[in-house]
Amino acid sequence: MSDALYHDRIVALAKSRAGAGKLEAPTASARRDNPLCGDRVTIDVRLDDQGRIAEIAHQVRGCALCQASAVALTSRAQGRAKNDMTALRAEIDAVLGGTAGGEGDFAAFAPVRPYRSRHDCVILPFEALKDALSSASSS
Amino acid sequence: MSFDVASLRRQFPILARPVNGKALHYLDNGASAQTPLAVLDAVRTYETTARANVLRGVHALAEAATESYETARADVARFLGVAADEVIFTGGCTAAINLVAQSYGSLLKPGDEIVLSVLEHHSNIVPWYQLAQRAGLKLRPLPVTDDGRIDVSALSSIVNARTRLISVAHVSNVTGAVADVAAIVSAARAVGAKVMLDGAQRAPHGPIDLPALGVDFYAFAGHKAYAPNGIGALWGRPELLAAMPPFMGGGSMIGSVSFEAITWAPPPRRFEAGTPPIGPAIGLGAACRWMMELDWTAVGSHEMGLTQRLMDGLAAVKSARLVGPAGLQGRLPVVSFVLDNVHPHDTAQILDSYGVAVRAGHHCAQPLMDRFDIAGTTRACIAPYNDNTDVDALLDGVREAVRRFA
Repeated sequence: MSDALYHDRIVALAKSRAGAGKLEAPTASARRDNPLCGDRVTIDVRLDDQGRIAEIAHQVRGCALCQASAVALTSRAQGRAKNDMTALRAEIDAVLGGTAGGEGDFAAFAPVRPYRSRHDCVILPFEALKDALSSASSS
Repeated sequence: MSFDVASLRRQFPILARPVNGKALHYLDNGASAQTPLAVLDAVRTYETTARANVLRGVHALAEAATESYETARADVARFLGVAADEVIFTGGCTAAINLVAQSYGSLLKPGDEIVLSVLEHHSNIVPWYQLAQRAGLKLRPLPVTDDGRIDVSALSSIVNARTRLISVAHVSNVTGAVADVAAIVSAARAVGAKVMLDGAQRAPHGPIDLPALGVDFYAFAGHKAYAPNGIGALWGRPELLAAMPPFMGGGSMIGSVSFEAITWAPPPRRFEAGTPPIGPAIGLGAACRWMMELDWTAVGSHEMGLTQRLMDGLAAVKSARLVGPAGLQGRLPVVSFVLDNVHPHDTAQILDSYGVAVRAGHHCAQPLMDRFDIAGTTRACIAPYNDNTDVDALLDGVREAVRRFA
């Protein structure tokens, strides 16, 4: 069971810590907590003049799924327009809902689908990014 | 007489249920324990032979229901070593603490202080925080030692003439440490303060001698003590309960009602507005009887033997660290641990694939997690029906989690 969930790509993503850290001069930053389990994700973003995500970094105090999700998300978000993030969220929701396979590393999360209690672990970085972009828009 | 765990296990049909193709190793007892046939039978007997509302009916079923309900209250009282009319049925331990916070709390004045501890479950923090916000009170947390005990050496600097109540966990739901109740009661008495114990993690481990503890309020949950969900109990000193106003209004809790004036029923009825959870209360009474029939010297020895086996096994895992007392002294079989570079959720998920049910996360004790600077722990809680195979399966899963992630 857990072999399917923690397959090699998920473990590799989590261990890679790619994109982990803080930005020196973020346009915005947001922290999200999962009140049920205590997981915590902070996302820093720096937007360029065109509203694209020029830089993004994450700090995760969470499980392997949350770590892997933060890596996959920040990798996909880098260089994209902030308005594209809605599509990325819809894509991960579809992967978890079993209605789409997902592109690139998002596909790695398909085995999480039957583990409903773990969906929030995957979603937390997306929520933090949404908050950061919302904060950037309002500032 | 030696303790026959195999025989005891047969009283819990759910333990025969496989999980993920493996035998079930249920170690999430601190969240909810399993229910023996004696309890299930008591509830079924009520539902199939005596289902009716309590207290007001004169027909045969109502009489039988009332008798069963009050017998259950007497059984809970015997379990606690107190009188039946001092025991209030509540919706659970959280409801019991909220009852005291709302009712006894309404008698407190701005500037009064309530002492808690850093290791409390949120259910023994939030009601007091809400009260403090509402009534202008101050909360004073007792610190926690490095091995997860309430640091009673701080009582002298925290308890003072403004302290009205000290409310702490009898046993920590994270570290398993048993509170030094004598020191806490002594400090409270010196300033005229009351003491409440959250007994949620203590009650599943046998009868409690409340007169010997010398506290003023005691709360515990049914579902952690082999009883159904939706029931708990609050004990209070009779003179305190008599002086406390009701916190919820409705049927059954009144003396008389008119639009001009309402009088309150005496305790415990005053605090049981509306139709109570009758079946669950009868189940709780049966669970208390079931526990009182066990030989707790033998059961306690069995539980702590398994605890030692678990702690020894974890000590052999290089990346494992206990969060709580290292020895068996002054603790119960609630065992929390962390693994370097393995998040508790991942540990628990791996354990699930071994058929092992544990709890992972902050255990509704975020101040304690902050105290130890950790996101959460993995927690195994041992009950009388657990055996060596449960502990060994957990240790197998832990080693796999380390292999996979560390």
